[in-house]
Amino acid sequence: MAREVALPLEIEEERPEPRKRWKRVLSTARKHPLGVFGLGCVSLLFFCGIFADLIVPYNPEATLRETQTFGTLVDAIKPTDTRLKIAGATLEAGDNFDIDGERMLVVAILNSSGNTTSIQAQRSSSQQAHAAGATLELDTAIANTKPSWSHPFGTDHNAKDVLSRVIFGARISLLIGLTAIITGVTAGGFFGVISGYFGKIVDTIIQRCVDILLAFPAVVLLLAIITVVGDEDSSVRRFIARNTPLPNGEFLGIPTFLDVFIVALVIGLAVAVFTTRVVRGAVLSIKENVYVEAARAMGASDARIMWRHIFPNVAALVVILGSVLLPVAILAEAAISFLGVGVPLGTPSWGADLSDEKSRQNMLEGIWWPVFFPGLALSLVVLGFNMLGDAFRDLSDPRLRGSGLGGGGGGGAGGGPM
Amino acid sequence: MRDYIIRRVLILVPVMIGVSILTFAMFNIIPGDACVLRLGFGSTPQTLADCREAHGLNRQLFPVKIDSDLPFINMHAVAHPEDSQYGGWLWDIAVHQDLGQSLAEGSAKVSTELRHRLPITLELMIMTVIFALVLGILPGMLSAIRPNTPIDWLARVLSVLWLSIPSFYLAILLITFGLLWFGWTPPQFGEGYVPFMDDPWVNLEQFFFPSLVLSVGIAAVIMRLTRSAMLEVLRNDYIRTAWSKGLRERTVVWRHALKNALIPVVTLIGLQVGALIGGAVIIESVYNLNGVGKYTLEAIIRRDLFVVQSLTLMFAFVYVSCNLFVDIAYAWLDPRIHYN
Repeated sequence: MAREVALPLEIEEERPEPRKRWKRVLSTARKHPLGVFGLGCVSLLFFCGIFADLIVPYNPEATLRETQTFGTLVDAIKPTDTRLKIAGATLEAGDNFDIDGERMLVVAILNSSGNTTSIQAQRSSSQQAHAAGATLELDTAIANTKPSWSHPFGTDHNAKDVLSRVIFGARISLLIGLTAIITGVTAGGFFGVISGYFGKIVDTIIQRCVDILLAFPAVVLLLAIITVVGDEDSSVRRFIARNTPLPNGEFLGIPTFLDVFIVALVIGLAVAVFTTRVVRGAVLSIKENVYVEAARAMGASDARIMWRHIFPNVAALVVILGSVLLPVAILAEAAISFLGVGVPLGTPSWGADLSDEKSRQNMLEGIWWPVFFPGLALSLVVLGFNMLGDAFRDLSDPRLRGSGLGGGGGGGAGGGPM
Repeated sequence: MRDYIIRRVLILVPVMIGVSILTFAMFNIIPGDACVLRLGFGSTPQTLADCREAHGLNRQLFPVKIDSDLPFINMHAVAHPEDSQYGGWLWDIAVHQDLGQSLAEGSAKVSTELRHRLPITLELMIMTVIFALVLGILPGMLSAIRPNTPIDWLARVLSVLWLSIPSFYLAILLITFGLLWFGWTPPQFGEGYVPFMDDPWVNLEQFFFPSLVLSVGIAAVIMRLTRSAMLEVLRNDYIRTAWSKGLRERTVVWRHALKNALIPVVTLIGLQVGALIGGAVIIESVYNLNGVGKYTLEAIIRRDLFVVQSLTLMFAFVYVSCNLFVDIAYAWLDPRIHYN
């Protein structure tokens, strides 16, 4: 029976005092204010994306209506007819209003001068004539209202709250970005390790495929693939709908989840191609290490060597690639949705909101908020990632301070006009 | 050098064949061929058959014959490869310079459309590259020779801002706030494109804003690369020698440092051709420029597979050729690079 012996052994670990550590973080932050700004933007993206349905003030999909008491009925031109003259009301065809408890629908606006509007209205059943002076209660869709306290970013032409749409846009961007990066980096890491480790014919086949895929300009490749798989009837879509547990309808508050997911997978393919090439290069040098040879001498299988000895050494590279490519993926989604081939119409995606035909026409007439804010959010997210990336680069290699050299081909996120 | 070029061109051949097979396969192996997509699933069998007949969709896909006498699958080439869909497509491109016919009624051949549209896209791209070089190299150089000064700080903040703002958003902002604040609208393309030779001034006016907007992102990348390359070069011994000889700053920077710092920039421009092509698709649709990019997008939205297929192949070819050209230029510019 072993007796428990209290050993007088105390491991003295060199750990900085918590207060000192905080001081160091603070002083680093003070030296890199832009990095802190970037961190703020990125955190905000994650916060809005994750908690979108909890923090949105309104439903981003719902048409906002409000009941207001508007002026008084000035004149019923023909009481049995449906023409009314209303003072002090802003109306649109399709609005409802209550007059003395009776619901009426605006069929058309006849003319509008000063604060008097002539409308044609449809009444439901009663033929009762209305006396002048009755109070009008209007149930209007609040479209295109200016930013105000109740709608900080205003409302768009569909009477939807722009702030809520921007917050949900963060969720869609984050969902597409993360899905694309996780699938892309996993697949790319897998093929990259296999290609680099086995060499010879495996390497040749994989790398020629990569060559072919890299021969397409990124946007053109995305557009071409989406033309094929993004269709309602495409086999890929049907396959995913039937054979995966992914919901076909609404999920996570996104009405067209499956289409959004397919867009993410297509972007993930482009990410995978790039990752494969980079990881393979790293594996080529790692597999020359003595410890790999030692593992092989001990009789480890190829799978074990790749998983236990090679993969841990490229894991950091894969994570870095993923974080560099995340804003690129977000931007790619916005670009193809902007072109009208990405997420389905009406989805609260930043790119899709930017491309809305009606909003852009309205913008030229001074209603700038439905387009301005989604674009601002997109720009701030990319800016945040870039600034954070720059700060990390500075911290890891002061020699390259602010040079942005690390981005290589893409030169940081954005890759220019995408 | 000559061997290097020949070798590089030869490598390109299998890649381009692979690209053409992938492009073709992507658009033709999906269920529902071009005619089904064009006419919709509800079309009558007769109209579908007519459409297939007219566009040669009854032919076999690839110019190979497969004898599946298991356990061996023998594949051998057929006598007339141009009788298959894939073979016929490539045959028309290679022999007749014919990129195919749009499925839309009464539309021109792809080659004819391209003849009108290519000059527009090319001019857009050339002007973009010029803007990007000017906007990128000068600030990048300035910030490298005056590191950690307000100029440097400004250039770095500008570069990260330019890098982050998507071109389509910038274009929309310019159009809108130009109109709202200054009552200014960009020259419209509705009346049509004015060739440079006809009226250089109007032509440049038309292209000024689209190419400026497109160039901003590329300029930012160039600026960052120029700055870091320049910093690297300025640390070299030969620069110190130049300083100690008492040369003026202008001479040292322009004649000794900049030339060497620009070598990586050349490669970068080659890499940005892909971004340029993607950007052209976007910017042409925002500014309503009737170039190849807008043509591509319209074809994609109409699901005009023949057009998309040929244009995708063309873009890949242009992209690959540009990269090849840049690699060769790089080897030629930098004598330290061995081409083997």
